[in-house]
Amino acid sequence: METLLFISQNLDVILERTLQHLSIVGVAIGLAILTGVPIGILITLNQRAADIVLYVAAIIITIPSIALFGLMIPVLSLIGHGVGYLPAVIAVLLYSQLPIIRNTYTAISNVDPALREAARGLGMTPIQRLRRVEIPLAVPVVMAGVRIAVVMNIGITAIAAYIGAGGLGVFISRGISQSDPRQLITGALMVSILAIASDYFLLWVQKRLTPASSSSAAPAH
Amino acid sequence: MITLDKLSKVFETPGGGTVIAADQVSMEVPEGEICVLLGPSGCGKTTTLKMINGLIPKTNGKIHVAGRDTDELNPVELRRSIGYVIQQIGLFPNMTIQDNICVVPDLLGWDKNKSRKRAAELLELVNLDPGIFLNRYPKELSGGQQQRVGVIRALAADPPVLLMDEPFGAIDPINRAVIQDEFLKMQKEIRKTIAFVSHDIDEAIKMADKIAIFRDGKLEQYSSPDDLLARPANDFIASFLGSDRTLKRLSLLSVSDVMLGDQIRVTAQDDVSRARDMMREAGHKNIVMVGPQGRARGFVHLNDIADVQGRVEEHYQALPTVVNVHDDLRTAVSRMFRHDTTWLACVDDDGFFKGFITQRAISHALGATYRDAATVAAK
Repeated sequence: METLLFISQNLDVILERTLQHLSIVGVAIGLAILTGVPIGILITLNQRAADIVLYVAAIIITIPSIALFGLMIPVLSLIGHGVGYLPAVIAVLLYSQLPIIRNTYTAISNVDPALREAARGLGMTPIQRLRRVEIPLAVPVVMAGVRIAVVMNIGITAIAAYIGAGGLGVFISRGISQSDPRQLITGALMVSILAIASDYFLLWVQKRLTPASSSSAAPAH
Repeated sequence: MITLDKLSKVFETPGGGTVIAADQVSMEVPEGEICVLLGPSGCGKTTTLKMINGLIPKTNGKIHVAGRDTDELNPVELRRSIGYVIQQIGLFPNMTIQDNICVVPDLLGWDKNKSRKRAAELLELVNLDPGIFLNRYPKELSGGQQQRVGVIRALAADPPVLLMDEPFGAIDPINRAVIQDEFLKMQKEIRKTIAFVSHDIDEAIKMADKIAIFRDGKLEQYSSPDDLLARPANDFIASFLGSDRTLKRLSLLSVSDVMLGDQIRVTAQDDVSRARDMMREAGHKNIVMVGPQGRARGFVHLNDIADVQGRVEEHYQALPTVVNVHDDLRTAVSRMFRHDTTWLACVDDDGFFKGFITQRAISHALGATYRDAATVAAK
């Protein structure tokens, strides 16, 4: 009851911090798609490169977020951004690489070889093959990777409150330090709702981007 | 026209060895003909086919497609100028049937309205209703329908040359026969120069103007289906074609090729003595009775009318079966065996009597090739 009262009295702050939170995750995931998808496509050309890149991305994801923030402070202090928005975005960007690169790589390398042969035999250049056949077919799987990255990083961004990045994590960190369950619960609740809502939104986007054939009616015969 | 000149392909194996997949293959597919590349798996037929459009780079030799040396063409341009059909069909699941058919015209930058109109025409050519199929996705089609689309996709930019890699191999036997017939009918109009890989002898005999038999990368024999079946060049080819290869030649000849004259006939009103005289004169035991318009109505057997008087209509029997003049001899022989008879009356599409066909004439026709060979050998 007290928590609900707290929420109703602080709607403006909640909205502001939710937007901060979304801004960190949104910008970072956007950049992660711009980097991860091309990397995922490129490494389909070379098995050894693929092994190395996926291994490195898997190591990055195992670094605890609080440690990663700590590691970035001295490095980014050199350009005056040791704490705050930038390190939070970089962390999310790094954590998103594995799901996005791995799903892109898997999707592209699993395109039916017969389709690749047909595309080649009909006279498509490698770029046309990617653009007209392989990428459209990979979109659902890539989007699944993006969804995993988004949900995971909405949680991680909550911790970025400790390096002054703002966002919903501020409720949680203050709730702990001030022994105030109202703030703690509000923060946790909002992070969960944000994660679930983002997941559903991206699922909807994924369906819109999936070629109609995968979702439509049964064969004619 | 497709010309291969001493075409070779040598693959390097991971162990450092080499495998010769195609060994000095020289052959020519004449304008407007279907050449079937036939042989057991691993014989080099598919490798040879894929070297023509550069999907497999050749090691040595020359390829000319429609008069142009393929070495002087950009491989992508070359492939756009050659139709390509594969066994796995390979329709793009993210595109509608219409867009699938128009892949090559789109790559060539053709006018979209023009190519979409052509897609509809092509669908009609293979008996698929454009109204229903243009905007469907490949998954919504049956295997046979998909392969029809696969074939017309290869024809969309109207290339002079078509390469087909076991195009009907994954389709069930009933549909396969239908699609083969449709394709042959279509080929009569479009007259493409076609190289066609198959491992099915019956398909090769049915489709081919010429058959090229491969073994271990070498072209063993290159000749017409009938010549190949009648005169296999060596034991390998003979055993590959099967011990019943002479029977397979039955499907290459049509009833009209060996049919005997339609002048020996009687009408219902003729006197039996006339029927007797005609049979004795021709040395036949039976004679066909035709109706007033000339349709085959029945027959009389010589023994039945040996000592009788009257008109033919009082003594005739119904024909057990007839055969169409356009049917192949395989059908004719099958009907003869089915009805335990040594001859059949032949009719055209409207049932008019055109002549008759006997077992003797069929075996004579099949044997003619061998007798000619024997005569040549004797000289």
